[in-house]
Amino acid sequence: MFLQLLANGLVAGSVIAIAAVGVSLVYEILRIVNFAHGDYLTFGAFVGVAANVRYGERMLVATIAAIVATAALALVLEFVLWRPMRKRGAGFMSLFITSIGLALLLRHLLFLVAGAEPRSYAIDPFKVYVVGSVRLGGSQGVAIAVGAVAIVLVGLLLARTALGRKMRALADDRSLASISGVNVDRVVVYTWLLAGALAGLAGVLQGLVQASFTPNTGFQLLLPVFAAVVLGGIGSAYGALVGGLLLGVAMELSTWEALAGGVDPVYKPVVAFVLLIAVLLVRPQGLLGRARLL
Amino acid sequence: MSTIASGEFWAFVGVVAGIYTIFGLGVQVQFGYTGLLNFGHVAFMAIGAYTMAILTVKTGIGMWAAAVIAVGVSILAGLLLGLPTLRLRADYFAITTIAFSEIVRYIALNEDRLTGGSQGTINLAGAGTAAQYDESWQHFQGRVQDWLGLGSKDVTMLVLVWSAALVLLVLLHVAVRSPWGRVLRSIREDEDAAASLGKNVFAYKLQSLAVGAALGAVAGLFYAWQFSFFSPDDFAPLITFFAYTIVILGGTARTWAVPVGAVVFGVIFAGTRFFDFPPFSLFDSADRAYLRLAVIGAILIGLMAFRPQGLFGKREEMVLE
Repeated sequence: MFLQLLANGLVAGSVIAIAAVGVSLVYEILRIVNFAHGDYLTFGAFVGVAANVRYGERMLVATIAAIVATAALALVLEFVLWRPMRKRGAGFMSLFITSIGLALLLRHLLFLVAGAEPRSYAIDPFKVYVVGSVRLGGSQGVAIAVGAVAIVLVGLLLARTALGRKMRALADDRSLASISGVNVDRVVVYTWLLAGALAGLAGVLQGLVQASFTPNTGFQLLLPVFAAVVLGGIGSAYGALVGGLLLGVAMELSTWEALAGGVDPVYKPVVAFVLLIAVLLVRPQGLLGRARLL
Repeated sequence: MSTIASGEFWAFVGVVAGIYTIFGLGVQVQFGYTGLLNFGHVAFMAIGAYTMAILTVKTGIGMWAAAVIAVGVSILAGLLLGLPTLRLRADYFAITTIAFSEIVRYIALNEDRLTGGSQGTINLAGAGTAAQYDESWQHFQGRVQDWLGLGSKDVTMLVLVWSAALVLLVLLHVAVRSPWGRVLRSIREDEDAAASLGKNVFAYKLQSLAVGAALGAVAGLFYAWQFSFFSPDDFAPLITFFAYTIVILGGTARTWAVPVGAVVFGVIFAGTRFFDFPPFSLFDSADRAYLRLAVIGAILIGLMAFRPQGLFGKREEMVLE
């Protein structure tokens, strides 16, 4: 039972972690708390379903389509919305509220275009992987594998590549990075591309794991994603990865009966929020965040 | 066109705007004057409405006493929320407060025996009995209607909601011009400066949160009385963002901008529901609901981009840094 819950937790946690690292990067580099990130996920999930169901493409092709399309969406929004807002000197709260408006706009446009009925991918719902005592549905198995690969790749990208170093430099000190020759606008473009691509991937994975999804799905995942970002420490991409996995596992394990009877599964999101508040009480800067004035 | 022309319908829009005025005032105190980005404001509305309904149905105490206790409980919840979270940075605070409002909603949704669960307040007395919490209110409303000689319940409600809103507006108008209000604004402008003058910044923030919580609870009471029924779905995070839209539309740190923002919002939100002429008639009613919310999103973006101070705000008093 414990191993099964742990596996379920890793599935949920991978999706949250992939989405959270995007949110964290955008925050680190652009100081935008992007409330619309959940709707970027939904957009990816729907592009995937259009490719997979309407045009009959294989799931792999559909996933790539979702990744590309969501990265493109993120980039377009950078040019038509975020860059002009920055040029106008919009501050932190102003950008935060703008992203709430964007979230409402994107989500309800999706409702208008795609309708409210639940969608699902054309996959075999009865396929099961059995590893020891753990049974994973086909899509869960894929999610865990893809999630693990994506998390490692993002970690490597940040730690080892020139782009990753520039991103971290920019996050650390914008003006210092800028005078050291980092092309800020270009790194910003790559940041959105990466965050968008990860959002598209996370959206498809969430659609696979949940079996069916609606235009609300991304927004419903947004709060656990934010919780993961905050838990790991806002502005720490590694923290977001850790926070996402930790939250996913904690949410699933909390239902374990050996654990004082376990909590009712309907309260899984509440477990995430309570954990978040508890951690902040002890470490106000999050797990891997640095203490910072203001 | 019949619905549009009817006074009843516009009375309903007016009632919605009145409730949102009271609700928005809470955001104005916390966000507009103090600079607290509380994104969980809807929780206070839920706590107010639910406490009143639960106490009325499940205990012997009357509805009016229950309503007073409900406001008290909401203030207490505000204090409990503020104690651990107000020391956090603005971004952490915003996210933690949304989490708080979602915890409240999940509890309302899943603790069937306490709240009636997903079926809402009709289920408060258990299955088989249709629970009602607003008999005293209906009675009171009927008496006011007779006394004022008004034509309908909707118009009576309109008068009652806006009377309450007006009283609260005046109180708030006085409060923010008092030394207390000046301290709140100084905290918004520069916390350290306020602290260096010997002001207990934390205590003032806590008070601001509590005042907002009380206003949220009062809005919740009127919401409950207006609709005679509510369920956890009525307290989604979206409602908090409606309040922010109203406050920003009117102008932050402007008490009297809130009712104006609320009326504009009410017309956009409730008013367009029954617009049955082109271009609105091109969409069916479900699509129109989505379109309305998309438009509200676009309005928020547009305001932030082109007129962040709203209709009446002052650009210098923007708290959006």
